Amino acid sequence: MTQHFIQSTLQGFTRALSKALLSEQVANQPGLLQQFDPRVRLVGMLSLVISVVLCRRLEIVAVLFVIAVVIALASKVSLLSLAKRVWLVVLAFTGLIALPALFTTPGDAIVSLRPLSITTQGLRTALLLIVRVETAATLTTVLVFSTPWTHTLKALRSLHLPAEVVTMLAMTHRYVFLLLETANQMFESRQSRTVGALTGAESRRVTARTAGVLLSKSMELSQEVYLAMLSRGFRGDIQLLTEFRMKARDYAGLAAFLCVGCLASWIGR
Amino acid sequence: MHIPDGYLSPSTCVTLYVLAASGWYGALRRIKRVLTTRTIPLISVFAAFSFVVMMFNVPLPGGTTGHAVGVAVGAIVLGPWGSILAISIALAIQALFFGDGGITTLGANCLNMAIIGSFVAYAVYRAIAANSEFTSRRRVLAAAVAGYCAINASAFVTAIEFGIQPLLFHDSSGTPLYAPYSLGVAIPAMMLGHLTFAGLAEAAISVGMVSFLQKTDVGLLRGVKNLALGPESLLPIPAYEASQKNLWWAVALLMVLTPLGILAAGTAWGEWSSADFANAHARAQIEAASGNQAPPSSVPAGLQKLSSLWTAPFPGYAPRFIKSPAFGYSLSAVFGVGFLALAALLARSVSRRKRQPEARA
Repeated sequence: MTQHFIQSTLQGFTRALSKALLSEQVANQPGLLQQFDPRVRLVGMLSLVISVVLCRRLEIVAVLFVIAVVIALASKVSLLSLAKRVWLVVLAFTGLIALPALFTTPGDAIVSLRPLSITTQGLRTALLLIVRVETAATLTTVLVFSTPWTHTLKALRSLHLPAEVVTMLAMTHRYVFLLLETANQMFESRQSRTVGALTGAESRRVTARTAGVLLSKSMELSQEVYLAMLSRGFRGDIQLLTEFRMKARDYAGLAAFLCVGCLASWIGR
Repeated sequence: MHIPDGYLSPSTCVTLYVLAASGWYGALRRIKRVLTTRTIPLISVFAAFSFVVMMFNVPLPGGTTGHAVGVAVGAIVLGPWGSILAISIALAIQALFFGDGGITTLGANCLNMAIIGSFVAYAVYRAIAANSEFTSRRRVLAAAVAGYCAINASAFVTAIEFGIQPLLFHDSSGTPLYAPYSLGVAIPAMMLGHLTFAGLAEAAISVGMVSFLQKTDVGLLRGVKNLALGPESLLPIPAYEASQKNLWWAVALLMVLTPLGILAAGTAWGEWSSADFANAHARAQIEAASGNQAPPSSVPAGLQKLSSLWTAPFPGYAPRFIKSPAFGYSLSAVFGVGFLALAALLARSVSRRKRQPEARA
């Protein structure tokens, strides 16, 4: 077996890191979403995602997709990166899943391709699924790109998510990058020491050993982090700071998001 | 197996969020009792590890590769409760900060992969490993079967969630509004990929990691209690007593509110009695609730036979001697809760008595 499993794992790491970097870049630019309080962004975009799921009419979901694209453009999220990271990926995955539904959904035949036929109901359900998943994924990605993770965390805390959960999310996010970097280095160094092709069993052993070493390192890291926390006086109580202040513009934005969400859910019910 | 937004109906998402939230709550309570102040750093770093391992391409026989969740390793190292939290946090990070996997379906994804996966993995691992040595080959086999079963159990539940969508959520023309395939299609389609590639990837990573840890870091295989050793882990958790008190207040409030059930119109789907099949009004309700599918003309033979097997002491949530339905509902709630509390106390005292001789030994 060639070393393509190492290559594709390394590419996966690079994709995750570049996504996080892009998010930091976009979040720092002046844009529509960026000017709102993070709580407004989170609640607003989530209300739109919920309305996409609630809508039962294809046309209304399509309108929400257009709204999502407009929000993306106004928030400096490039359509090219959306197309590459979201639209094509969703189309490849959900499109493949939805394709057989064209033929298997019972209903009125519109095109006959003997022995199969495409039904109106099949076409509608396939389109509804694809447009709905595309719209929800676009909205989520625009939210992720336009909001630094520290702000998302604080917004989650102000929405009364337990402090312990918010702290765990923050700490996990912090160490994901450290462990990604560690795993990246481990795979790169293994690759640099590998000459020729590995057999299937050998490559499985390489992957499992890397994961095993990463687990041991993670456990040691958690012990170090714990001792560092104790040295700073941690006794199990968590204090988080939230310094957000809602302005008139934020209230207006929140009202606009909620109105669009409610209206779309109502018309598309 | 990550379900994106849009595949499940809102009511399915809410139901699965509620189920997942009860799992998270129970897991956090239990793991804090073992790990106390270590909970946050240990679970967080393990969640970060799970996130990274989910990105590993595991080479499979035939030259292809697959991704693993690492749920069996999580359940073996952290126990089922710790694994539930760590995998859930990893899935939440994927959804909230990387936009992978849905936000409305996060409850479903956590229930399928983190909760069901962790429980199945732990149960299978414990059943096969039994009391064998931590360095025995039996534990490696147990890890492989645990990973394989866990990922397939998760896939099976995911397939059921997909498969019930067209049955329950379709418009007047019969167009499915969410995932379009019935159980007959969703289950084989989902299981085919998981019984082969995904199941093998999970088994391979579980086998490889457990056998590697047996040689290098066997302490990690000794269970979560072993990770919590140290004097500082004995710090008390102040919120515990208060939360139990709050739970009893909540139960009392729910008991008082039970008469709200009378407000519900019609009968619950599937909760029909044999008498309902002879009643024209009840038949119309069954038909309306079943997507205009007419119920059978006579009582199904099995239902008829089994319905006389057991007569409830409080039929219809009201003892016969009580005239007020609201009071009957509340009384039923008091009896029900009391009975369950008694059963729980009994189970606890039995399990304590069982544990004491072991502790002495």
